[in-house]
Amino acid sequence: MTIASLIDTPSELTDSASSKTAIVLMTRVRLARNLAGNPFPGWAKPAQREQILETCRGAIAATTPMKRSLNVAISELSELEKQILVERHLISRELSGSKGGTGVIISKDQAFSVMMNEEDHLRIQVLRSGFQLKKAWNAINEFDSALEEQLDFAFSPTLGYLTACPTNLGTAMRASAMMHLPALVISSQMEKVVRAVNQLGMVVRGLFGEGSDASGSIFQISNQTTLGESEDEIIKRLGSVLQSIVEHELNAREKLLEADAGKLFDKIGRAYGILQNSHLLSSSEAMNLLSLIRLGVDLGVFPDAQRSVIDRLFIEAQPGHLQHAQKGEFDPGQRDLLRAVRLRSEFANFVRPDFTFTINGNN
Amino acid sequence: MANPLKCDLCAKPATVHLTQIVNNKVHKVDLCEACAQEKGVTDPSGFSLADLLLKASLNPESSAAGVRCEQCGFTQNDFKKHGRFGCPACYDTFKGLVEPMLDNMHKGVHHTGKVPSRALERKSLYDRLTRLELDLTEAIKSERYEDAARARDEINEVKQAFASNPKPSPR
Repeated sequence: MTIASLIDTPSELTDSASSKTAIVLMTRVRLARNLAGNPFPGWAKPAQREQILETCRGAIAATTPMKRSLNVAISELSELEKQILVERHLISRELSGSKGGTGVIISKDQAFSVMMNEEDHLRIQVLRSGFQLKKAWNAINEFDSALEEQLDFAFSPTLGYLTACPTNLGTAMRASAMMHLPALVISSQMEKVVRAVNQLGMVVRGLFGEGSDASGSIFQISNQTTLGESEDEIIKRLGSVLQSIVEHELNAREKLLEADAGKLFDKIGRAYGILQNSHLLSSSEAMNLLSLIRLGVDLGVFPDAQRSVIDRLFIEAQPGHLQHAQKGEFDPGQRDLLRAVRLRSEFANFVRPDFTFTINGNN
Repeated sequence: MANPLKCDLCAKPATVHLTQIVNNKVHKVDLCEACAQEKGVTDPSGFSLADLLLKASLNPESSAAGVRCEQCGFTQNDFKKHGRFGCPACYDTFKGLVEPMLDNMHKGVHHTGKVPSRALERKSLYDRLTRLELDLTEAIKSERYEDAARARDEINEVKQAFASNPKPSPR
């Protein structure tokens, strides 16, 4: 499998949007694993890294989910290809900037992926669209057990799975959800939410993880601690935090509608107008406009079926995907032009907004 | 007047004082303006206290700095520099350094989650096999043939267990 065919194959992330994914766009569980008796990637010599990479590639490729997978060394990929994988949350920025001895294996539907020799020997990931923490955990648990048949993982009875950084010890699990929270952003409640979530031992980040901004009102919420609780307990706790964020977002939407529906509709209507007519769109402006349209879908201004179009555009408006579609490399100014072209054509035939729905008609 | 607080990271006077409650534990960090900026403390969305605490807890010069991991040659200074360990065995070597950190960093200090039981089983079988093979050689050398026969039988058993892909032990 190649990157190009990967992009054109339906994936968990781009093709599963439904009303179930209204606020939680996707859930993801990641496990860090290391091979017993081997130095961690950051400390291993180049030859050791290569050898670890080979061992892991062989073992992972032999598992059921990885039949007909994309199996590459990062050094074989172009900058653009790496960027596309980052935009699809399949590899980290760190891995994309790595030197030698790193690799990634991605299942055909992109639901399973394993980064090799990032911070740890293995970073195993399972993506599920919508709010499916339990399912994601069950899937990755099974996958991890299958790998365990072939690889000896570094493990201590007291400290659990041993990881390069002590912040990941124990379960070495990071479970997260990508949430669309436009009403909390519009009503300036995000800061309060972040603080509350932090106090519950969870972390809030922007769309692309650490240090990234929250354009498009999309946030990642994940567990901060990994030791002292079982995976099930972490998943349960995170699940209830996510549930309460969903409720807050729904309340905030209702309040916005009650307080000044005209103001909210104006934002949505203008976003629609700009997407139909603009000639220059930066990535973050596009994200913010698309976010308003997506809110419109949730409120019933646009038909439910349009949600998946928006979720696809969230990804296709990213610089890497945009350049891939145009088959070339462009500077940011040119990209803004191309992005506007792409969105204009998409919105030329997009259903017109209908603001006549009743307020209790929203979910 | 009390001494002005120093930055936990660089020892300049601290002007940013942050208190965060994680898992019902109060964590305090004092930072100078520059470090606060650099760590993104002013931007609540991108900020994780755990990383900071990790760095801060390494600052005290209590170091038994000479220790070196036998497996991979990693030293405590390397950890200060990278914030990451060299290999799994480092967790044994630098136990004294790790343990006090965990309390601040995590919800508990003991693993209660998944155990790679198949792998552990495989390891214990492997260890047993190694020991038995040693016994066998010893027994033959000192002409204790009954012991040797017993060791040989057990070796066969273990090898069979290996072949049938280890199942959770009955005990």
